[in-house]
Amino acid sequence: MSPRWRLVLFVVVAPAFAVLFFLAARGLPSFGADIHPYGDRAVAVAARQRATANVVSSVNFDQRAVDTLGEEFILFGSVIGTLMLLRAAPEEREVGRRGAGRVLPTTRLAGYLLLPVTVLVGLYVIAHGQLSPGGGFQGGVVLATGWHLLYVAGRYAALRRATPPTLLEVVESVSAAAFAAVGLAGLVVGGGFLANVLPTGTFGELLSGGTVPVLNAAVGVAVTAAVVLLLAAFLEQAVVLRRTDGPDQR
Amino acid sequence: MMLLIFLALGLVAVAGTVVVLTREPARQAITLSVFGLTLSILFVTVQAPDVALSQLAIGTAVVPLMIMLTIQKVDGRR
Amino acid sequence: MTVLPYLVSGWLFLVGCYGLVTSRNLVHTVACLTVTQSATYVLLLAVGFRAGATAPVFSDVPVGSRVVDPVVQALSLTDIVVSATITALLLALTIQIYKRHGTVNPDELRALRD
Repeated sequence: MSPRWRLVLFVVVAPAFAVLFFLAARGLPSFGADIHPYGDRAVAVAARQRATANVVSSVNFDQRAVDTLGEEFILFGSVIGTLMLLRAAPEEREVGRRGAGRVLPTTRLAGYLLLPVTVLVGLYVIAHGQLSPGGGFQGGVVLATGWHLLYVAGRYAALRRATPPTLLEVVESVSAAAFAAVGLAGLVVGGGFLANVLPTGTFGELLSGGTVPVLNAAVGVAVTAAVVLLLAAFLEQAVVLRRTDGPDQR
Repeated sequence: MMLLIFLALGLVAVAGTVVVLTREPARQAITLSVFGLTLSILFVTVQAPDVALSQLAIGTAVVPLMIMLTIQKVDGRR
Repeated sequence: MTVLPYLVSGWLFLVGCYGLVTSRNLVHTVACLTVTQSATYVLLLAVGFRAGATAPVFSDVPVGSRVVDPVVQALSLTDIVVSATITALLLALTIQIYKRHGTVNPDELRALRD
């Protein structure tokens, strides 16, 4: 479809969508209304039965854990796809970092100072997922981005040595499998797949919520490995790999 | 509180429009990062700290970074 | 006023689609897609909001306080992280297209095919 026809189609369809969407929005409960049947039930189960202070984590890792298992495998699949696509092509070879890699001393210092802080914050956010806002998804991303402060500090070579892809791929697979294994344990011990079989503990303590901290940790490790692998692949493409024969202008 | 929410909504709508209208990808990575920040402000005002944290890490750091690295690869030798 | 948050979500969706339609660079297309995607987060959280309630985390407030809907928050939270990996996949495809054809302009790519 040519750009002009694409635009014509958009101009025709967009107002129609706008009208329908407005009518649909008019039919929704008004913003800030008090009608939340699912939310109220989720809160009741999380706080009273499962001793999980952060209800969002309870929904993610306990009440709707099957959905999270699905998300986990989407994550896994798209990381595999990205790594396959970003393999070094036969005509590419490694060249040194371009632009001599001059980093301002202050930038380097900021990178070094922030690295331990960010990694610690990431671990804290993962560990307290069942108690305070946070959890495996957010903490994993913080951890992985914090790790790449080494690149900001100009230590790309050190960063590459510290992130062996094979090990990370194994970690990624094992943590995804661990999530499924906890689910199967629920099937064997409890009543169903991903049933919360561990003792739920005392409300508000670090190890409360039964299987929530376990699944949370598995997701934290999986997300960390996934984001580190993705960023490493993109960095390698952008910084290291160059074609030896110039772009292919077919 | 409602006033803050509507303020944040306005910011999100403006920032989203700016992202789309920024045609040059390298500049767009920056506006996208700002858009991610306005989204996380909105999420905080609607009492969703979990989502705000997630959006802050992904929307203002990881995605713009990956876009920057892709631009480096794609436009690097022109 | 009470439908305004939903309308912001619809606006983000449409403006993102406009970007997708008029894009001249695949990297730009991917960024516009993330704007379109964020419309869903705004819509979900707007649906889950409850006036005068706190966040659904009972570490500081007593159990039984009025809280906003946690289910939609859990939905959008996982979606944000997963969307980042999908964005990575699309950007990897863009890099691969550039390696094969030397351009990331969708119209030039179409001209190559014809």
